[in-house]
Amino acid sequence: MSAVLSLRQVSKVYGTGNAAVHALRQVDLTVGAGELVAIMGPSGSGKSSLLTIAGSLEEPTDGAARICGDDVSTMSADARARMRRRSIGFVFQDLNLLAGLSAVENVALPLELDGIGARAARAAGLRVLEELGLAERAAHFPDDLSGGERQRVAIARAVVGDRRLLLADEPTGALDSANGEAVMRMLRAACRRGIAGVLVTHDAQLASWADRVVFLRDGRVVDQTAPSVGPGTLLAGDVTP
Amino acid sequence: MSIRHALLALLTEGTKYGLQLRQEFEARTGEVWPLNVGQVYTTLQRLEREGHVASDETGRDGAQRRFRITADGQRELDRWLRTPPDATPPPRDELVIKVQVAVRMPGVDVREILQVHRRRLVEEMQRYTHLKAEADPDDIALGLVVDAELFRLESVVRWLDAADARLRRRPAPAAGAAPNEQTRPAGPAAEPAGSAPAREQARR
Repeated sequence: MSAVLSLRQVSKVYGTGNAAVHALRQVDLTVGAGELVAIMGPSGSGKSSLLTIAGSLEEPTDGAARICGDDVSTMSADARARMRRRSIGFVFQDLNLLAGLSAVENVALPLELDGIGARAARAAGLRVLEELGLAERAAHFPDDLSGGERQRVAIARAVVGDRRLLLADEPTGALDSANGEAVMRMLRAACRRGIAGVLVTHDAQLASWADRVVFLRDGRVVDQTAPSVGPGTLLAGDVTP
Repeated sequence: MSIRHALLALLTEGTKYGLQLRQEFEARTGEVWPLNVGQVYTTLQRLEREGHVASDETGRDGAQRRFRITADGQRELDRWLRTPPDATPPPRDELVIKVQVAVRMPGVDVREILQVHRRRLVEEMQRYTHLKAEADPDDIALGLVVDAELFRLESVVRWLDAADARLRRRPAPAAGAAPNEQTRPAGPAAEPAGSAPAREQARR
């Protein structure tokens, strides 16, 4: 399993002196292709800082962040932006879909920004929407879609093209449990196809979709779950005649 | 889980052989409640003794006998469906006691104890979620059983989170008092999560 994301002894400090806030402290994290890792922790534990560094939106104060093998700190701002467009997909609770663009135009946008022709980008966008069961909604605008559909469009946009890393921050937002489950099935399926996924959440049910759950507290990784175990004899012993 | 009432419910569909009842019970609970042959047949014997089921043939073993529900059995089933489930406190209460004990013990990092249990619960949730993820999304029986366990486990995790927040807010211990709430250093992250104690924890 090749590492798509690798954080080594990453620390992040905002502000200086007495006002310094240590958001992350010596965090080590490796996520391989095909793996879905959940980062779980309460508010203020450093989850969002970790995600912005994993997405090269910010640089660590200390330590090294490597994405697809490249050390982010040695890359120019242009190279970093290019890598973000090509290799990293983001899904946020606040979806950031553009209201003036149809579903397929929203999905195709990152490809077009990356210089791919409009027609090819649209075709790729349609393919992903089809995979997510949204082909017939492709021409609709975000305001005409349900919450669950909008979330699926955001996921389509995050996995379109040749993305290697998928970063999701509370991706099921305010969805009900059925729609939330559908969203998690999609994220998991994207990872099964070879994308490395990082899911940030405080919700244990969401985190339980991951192959591995890493617990963050006060900016430190304090614990993680064992690698996935089969269902075995779940519930055995709970039966009473 | 009441095997007796599950068996009665299956018999409302018509007469069935003992073996068939066992197979259908397992199929409808998403095959996550494995039963042994003995459990089914002793339960059927008891139901027969109580007059809730009747069987036409005698002398054969339970697997090969056909059973049907009686009018009494039907009334018992109706009563059971409408009776609130046993509200005996769940195993979580043992967890509450453990945490309360830990809070009073000098030199114990309570939040680390909370984390041990949180991890164990999340691992159990992962097993259920993966079971659901691999299953046919239209398998309603399995979905119902798995969701019930997931919501139950999640509620315990949320209690641990609330306890954690409560401990964070409590006043710092007086100088000289045993530090039982220090932030755990990064080191324990390296501790193998599947270590023997963790596996022991996973078995209830």
